[in-house]
Amino acid sequence: MKKLSLSWLMIGLVSFIFLPWHMTEDGFLDAAWIVDGLPSTGLFQMLAGQWWHLPALLTFIIGIVLQLTIPNPVVRAKATLLSSSIGLLLIAVQGLIIVRAGPRLFEMLLTGETIIAGQPGMGLGAGLVALSLLFVITTSIAQSGKGQGDAFVIGAIGLIVSLVGIFVFYPVMHILIQAFQVEGGYALGEFFPKFFSADIWGLSCLVGNHTCGVAINSLFLAVMTGAGTTFLGLSFALIFTRTNFRAKKLLRILTVLPIITPPFVIGLALILLFGRAGTVTEFVAELLNIEPGRWVYGFWGVYFAQLLSFTPIAFLVLIGVVQGVSPSMEEASQTLDADRWQTFRYVSLPLMRPGLANAFLLGFIESLADFGNPLVLGSGYSVLSTEIFFAIVGSVADPAKAAILAIALLTLTLSAFMAQRLWLGKKSYATITGKADSGQNASLNPVLRTICYATALPWAALTLVVYSMIIFGSFVKLWGYNHSFTWDHYIRAFGIDFASGRFSGVAWDSYFTTLTISSIAAPLTALVGLATAYLLVRQKFVGKNAFEFSTMLSFAIPGTVIGVSYIMAFNFPPIELTGTSIILIIVFVFRNMPVGVRGGIAAMSQLDKSLDEASITLGANSFTTVKRVILPLMGPAILAALTYSFVRAITSVSAVIFLVSAKHNMATSFIVGRVENGEFGLAIAYSAVLIITMLAAILILQLLVGARKLRRTDRVQQTVSA
Amino acid sequence: MKKFGIVPLLALVASTSSFTIAASTTTNADELNLVCSAEQDWCDLMVAAFGAEHDDVDVLMVRKSTGETLAQIRAEAGNPKIDVWWGGTGDPHLIAAEEGLSQPSGVDTGELLGWAQNMSQISEGKTVGIYAGALGIAYNADILKKLNVEPPQCWADLEDPRFFGEIQVANPNSSGTAYTELATFVQLFGEDQAMVKLAAIGKNVNSYTKSGSAPSKAAARGETGVSIGFMHDMVNLATQGFPLKIVAPCEGTGYEVGAVSIINGAKNEDAAKKWVEFSLRADVQSRGPEVGSFQVPSNSNAKVAPESPDLASIKLIDYDFATYGSSETRKRLLARWDKEVGDPNPQ
Repeated sequence: MKKLSLSWLMIGLVSFIFLPWHMTEDGFLDAAWIVDGLPSTGLFQMLAGQWWHLPALLTFIIGIVLQLTIPNPVVRAKATLLSSSIGLLLIAVQGLIIVRAGPRLFEMLLTGETIIAGQPGMGLGAGLVALSLLFVITTSIAQSGKGQGDAFVIGAIGLIVSLVGIFVFYPVMHILIQAFQVEGGYALGEFFPKFFSADIWGLSCLVGNHTCGVAINSLFLAVMTGAGTTFLGLSFALIFTRTNFRAKKLLRILTVLPIITPPFVIGLALILLFGRAGTVTEFVAELLNIEPGRWVYGFWGVYFAQLLSFTPIAFLVLIGVVQGVSPSMEEASQTLDADRWQTFRYVSLPLMRPGLANAFLLGFIESLADFGNPLVLGSGYSVLSTEIFFAIVGSVADPAKAAILAIALLTLTLSAFMAQRLWLGKKSYATITGKADSGQNASLNPVLRTICYATALPWAALTLVVYSMIIFGSFVKLWGYNHSFTWDHYIRAFGIDFASGRFSGVAWDSYFTTLTISSIAAPLTALVGLATAYLLVRQKFVGKNAFEFSTMLSFAIPGTVIGVSYIMAFNFPPIELTGTSIILIIVFVFRNMPVGVRGGIAAMSQLDKSLDEASITLGANSFTTVKRVILPLMGPAILAALTYSFVRAITSVSAVIFLVSAKHNMATSFIVGRVENGEFGLAIAYSAVLIITMLAAILILQLLVGARKLRRTDRVQQTVSA
Repeated sequence: MKKFGIVPLLALVASTSSFTIAASTTTNADELNLVCSAEQDWCDLMVAAFGAEHDDVDVLMVRKSTGETLAQIRAEAGNPKIDVWWGGTGDPHLIAAEEGLSQPSGVDTGELLGWAQNMSQISEGKTVGIYAGALGIAYNADILKKLNVEPPQCWADLEDPRFFGEIQVANPNSSGTAYTELATFVQLFGEDQAMVKLAAIGKNVNSYTKSGSAPSKAAARGETGVSIGFMHDMVNLATQGFPLKIVAPCEGTGYEVGAVSIINGAKNEDAAKKWVEFSLRADVQSRGPEVGSFQVPSNSNAKVAPESPDLASIKLIDYDFATYGSSETRKRLLARWDKEVGDPNPQ
């Protein structure tokens, strides 16, 4: 442990001496400092007059001296902990106070030419210095005997807490604090009357012909969507694992399709099918001789679109969990003379609780944060996400209102999160143990099977229709009016000029940027998400509940709020990232990480802890246990996290609209621009190409990650003809 | 006791980001960071045309709507990443000028039409008008024929019960287009009468959309019979092949002025000035119709496309941007709209 602390201290010291402390105008990791002979390392900057870097140097020297001089490990650890914490704090404080325009606090005390000149954002050197100090701190905590002295676990907790702190709390605070803003200052008293106003929480729609508050609208929609997607997701998962349904492969693709679709495309397709002038509407109207209606605009349309969009998420969470339910338990139940319904109701279903709860929570939160569907179909049905968007970009910008609505939204999320915790309770849901488990899953009883088929199959059929429409729309001149075949949209978007070998299509730039950024973000998201899940399920530490909720925070906040808060937080030193590709990667990692966390938690709660214990008893440390025991059993969860984060990075709209720059434009922001311009053909052709790209990527991922081997025969009990 | 995950993670971030950054810093030319709030094709055309004349300036353009752009430059105030903001309705440009987010460009506005010079005067030169677009009514000819309803000619026609459930218009709280409509009514009929008329039209409105261009798109697809919006959007949809007919209301109508502004503290001020001068030139402004943008150019010498709504034949009101662009008037009118017209939520 002394060696570990020492090596981190050395890494930090070397970074301070040899790596550029600040970022340059050209970006975070410009390589020019190597060649242009102008050293900009921390040491050099300090000698050149930026005295405020001295604490960093001192911290490392003191730390190394402490390691070498104090023999008692606990005393040494505590001393190192203290000195490193102070060092890290001072580095953060100097970064926050001294920005480009010089000091922004204590201007009276901080005088002198160099300090007034200010400093740019932190660069590679500062980043590595802070990181190494963080690990020195966590190692010291472990060494002083906390957390079973496991430096790996404490290091991981420290890293994730800091990352979430920097990239979720720090930016979001910039927005939320505006809820307390009044003219010329801040006041706590103003907040409560605004927050509890009838515009937000009003219930008058229950009694009369009036409208409810936006939060109530959102809540109602979210509960309906959460329940609906969980139900549909479960039906699909049961069909996959518990029946001999023939077209499982096709069904599998259909369940993934909606998740890989830019949101407004589903809304548009629904309008073309079910709008007043829609194909289905006109057909039904003619058949029944009724006036075509506008039911699709408003609650039902949004609900419909959300079910279509979010069922795959519930399915992705549930499929791993449903597969994981141990056949032995189901067999034991049947041996004890329970019929198939009783087995399902009293054994399988309760064991799926973590999956159901997490699927519901995700559906609920997705619905709350969904922006595209309410925008296209919402009409008069106001929800929080669109209200927040227009409070920020509408014709009257009202950041205070946006912040208050964002707090209302967070309140709803927090409540759902608490409710989920209560419902799950403290029971164990472990069904994957090290023991031989060679039974077969009970098949569904006929009634249940019929219900599953009756809900899932029409749904699949509808999905199929919607997607055929989309493909169709990309090949016709003017969708809905002129249905003559054309390649024009594809040629405009993805044309290649073979004569010069140039990509002449207008979409290529954003297409390549999107793919690059998504492929970088996806593995990082999965890594952070699953590591967090591991800590939450397998480790005990102080503040675990708060930690768990904080990881959900970024997911629950609408993209618009995240986007604006990222600009506010990361446009100025110490962390200056706007206009780079890094800010896009970071926003994707931290926005989509909760899916990795939820999926990971659901899957990991099924793994019997005795597996870890066996591994530890055999002398493995927690790192080896994760690598050799847990990860191989997490196949579906890893796949879900990778797939989902990849896809979300490609399809998310609201957060990236503020963060894209000319150099790094994303596909969705390009598509939205085209839709605004009324060029549906081009937008849909682009979407179709994205859908096919993502489908291919998912299939490749599936091959790479592979199926997990539970040493069970994946077979379903043959149905005895009744 | 290994440091699992961190090293490869850093290496990955490092390798990829240095790749992307290295790829973009190879040129030594001046950069110009441009946000374009007009239609994408027009933005592309402008950037290409500018690049052809100024090969020493590397234009980095991204398209964002005016609301998003305003939110971004507000959040970035003090350290802007944008140099120049071209296109999009004038109100947000005026707000930016009022809040000190943009700076005077000092260009010569002598050749420009009155309304464009007016824009520059109100904002003390911080924003200059580049095009105008009149507000109008559009109707779907197929739908009205099927319903056997006489098309509207005037604003007053829209109050007629024959359009019950057939009119779509945006909500002025979220849409600048709808706010222009509200301000136009106030200037045409006086504030009290305007509210009465809007409420009467409101009885026929099936939905107040969030976005200003949505109603005309809905009318184009037959989701609604009649829409209110900017005529150049309607012309664009009609040229795409939708059965959309455009009406210039008989009482007269208001208009928006699209604008260009240099952001306060722009890092590439010289290039930004070049852009503003370029975008005000007659030959440049004449090229909008090439890409289906039918706004009326602000340069008096620019050619007007035959498809463009002819401002001379439309009864245009003398739109008072100074009064109706100020946040005070805006707040008052919107509060009255909420109370007296409101959004009759269909749920």
